[in-house]
Amino acid sequence: MMELSGLISYAVFFLTLVGIYAILTLGLNVQWGMTGQFNIGIAGFFAVGAYSAAILTTDRADGWLGGFGLPFPAGLAGAILITIPIAWVIGRITANLRTDYLAIATIGIAEIIRLFFLNESWLSNGVRGIPGISKPFGLGNTGYLFLVVGLVVAVYLLVEVARRSPWGRVLRAIRDNEPATAAAGKNIAHFRLQAFVVGSCIMALAGALYAHFVGFISPEAFRPLYGTFLVWVMLIAGGSGNNLGAILGALVVWLVWSSTEMLAGLMPSGLVASESAFRIFLIGVLLQIILVTRPSGLLPERRPPLPGRDK
Amino acid sequence: MWIEVTQLFLNGLLLGSILALGAVGATMIFGVLRFAHFAHGDLMTMGAYFALLVVVGLNLPVMVALPIAMLMTAALAVGIDQVVYRRIRRVQPVILLISSFATALILRAVVQMIWGSSNQVYATGIQLPWRLGPLTIKPDHVLIFCTATLLVIAVHLFLSRTRMGKAMRAMSDNMNLALITGIPADRVIMWTWAIGGALAAAAGVFLGMDTRLHPVMGWTLLLPVFAATIVGGIGRPYGAIFGGLLIGCAMELSTLIIPGAYKPAVAFAIMILTLIFRPQGIIKGAL
Repeated sequence: MMELSGLISYAVFFLTLVGIYAILTLGLNVQWGMTGQFNIGIAGFFAVGAYSAAILTTDRADGWLGGFGLPFPAGLAGAILITIPIAWVIGRITANLRTDYLAIATIGIAEIIRLFFLNESWLSNGVRGIPGISKPFGLGNTGYLFLVVGLVVAVYLLVEVARRSPWGRVLRAIRDNEPATAAAGKNIAHFRLQAFVVGSCIMALAGALYAHFVGFISPEAFRPLYGTFLVWVMLIAGGSGNNLGAILGALVVWLVWSSTEMLAGLMPSGLVASESAFRIFLIGVLLQIILVTRPSGLLPERRPPLPGRDK
Repeated sequence: MWIEVTQLFLNGLLLGSILALGAVGATMIFGVLRFAHFAHGDLMTMGAYFALLVVVGLNLPVMVALPIAMLMTAALAVGIDQVVYRRIRRVQPVILLISSFATALILRAVVQMIWGSSNQVYATGIQLPWRLGPLTIKPDHVLIFCTATLLVIAVHLFLSRTRMGKAMRAMSDNMNLALITGIPADRVIMWTWAIGGALAAAAGVFLGMDTRLHPVMGWTLLLPVFAATIVGGIGRPYGAIFGGLLIGCAMELSTLIIPGAYKPAVAFAIMILTLIFRPQGIIKGAL
């Protein structure tokens, strides 16, 4: 009986993190899968969302900004509202950059955001981080899981509606053929900026949920590995451009990532000096294998049939 | 005040020569293969640890270990290209980019698994600095600067005097034109990786001599290296040297005004300004 309840609580923990990662992956899908924007600064927006929610909702703060004690929904809304101007400025600067320049620029921005939270203790308490972020409405772990799942569904529906809408079609047109889209009279910079801001806000939402789930955040949690790299593996593995694929990718990759922990535990300790390094090694190799053998992912994007083809 | 500025300027030249070595390799890979190689910083780390292997294992001085580490890293870079990048080269440049991100993590994980994550040094003990009036210069710094200069001259001779070097510049300049004139693309690509890897190793070893060895030492330098690449103009080795020195000096001198923790942000700001106002790089013209 003990074992069963342990198993259930592990499953709840596991699925909540999958849900948070699924939201991050959906956000990336708006930017990369739909628009073709290569953002590898996911961790930055994740951090902005988490810190915003933490600062707005905690009850007290000793020496850093915070202690507003606002309710949970206000924290979520605040996280998104704070992200909009930040993402807008970043998107404005980077919107016209080529893919590889955008990649370099976004990873730089994410590192600077992390440096900022690390060094500006008045705001974020520096390395020591912000503790005491409680779960909303007195929910336990299971209740919080339902809340996260509900938000995953909501974000999925939103992104899916956006994908099928004329707006989403323009984004995909920009991704596939930018000059043709420009020739059709679409303002490319405009649409790119919108996609960037929307995607970043979804990432910030995931950050806020993460902060409430773990209850304590520090700059350490927003290193590129967890915040950015895993999300990319999830989207590529699941199938970029496909929103269900993004969610499936989050589930599968987090499953693999969690099982590498067991695998690393099985290895003789003399052989593997650092368990976490071994796990990173395995997940890196996994990504290389996916990229070489199945670059379109588990659920590839369904492209609309060409007219005249399906008779 | 002036003494401080001069001292920081000297430090900047040192950092700049390390960045330049990394940036020359990165810019050649960028030029020939058309993708930002995100594992370049971790190739630097690899090179530094290869040298440590030789220094500790064979009890040789660092400067003797340097060429060995450069050869090992060159072989590693060519090997990674053959095993991974070559297979996905034809798909999309972006897939290569993601793949190089994965390579970066794999290399760092390997370093951590083999050598652990604590700080290490090549030689213990304190070097007595030379005093030039109010300025202090470490003998190691002079050594690093001179060796880096020699390496850069060697690259210059390779690019301007050898057939392979000319072929490399041609591919970087105009891929299609180079291919229809019968340049052996696969061999050029192999050479690009070999030279990029060797120079990255040198940069890593120098960084290790100047400070210490750590699994993320190269990754933290990746952003300044890319900044130097972009400031100098993509695919232009001479521009990359200039970019490296400029970024290095700017990063060191910025500590006069803002906290030292934000040094990477300075490199990044210069890069963004370049991308907005002069995306072709500061120096224009032929390679």
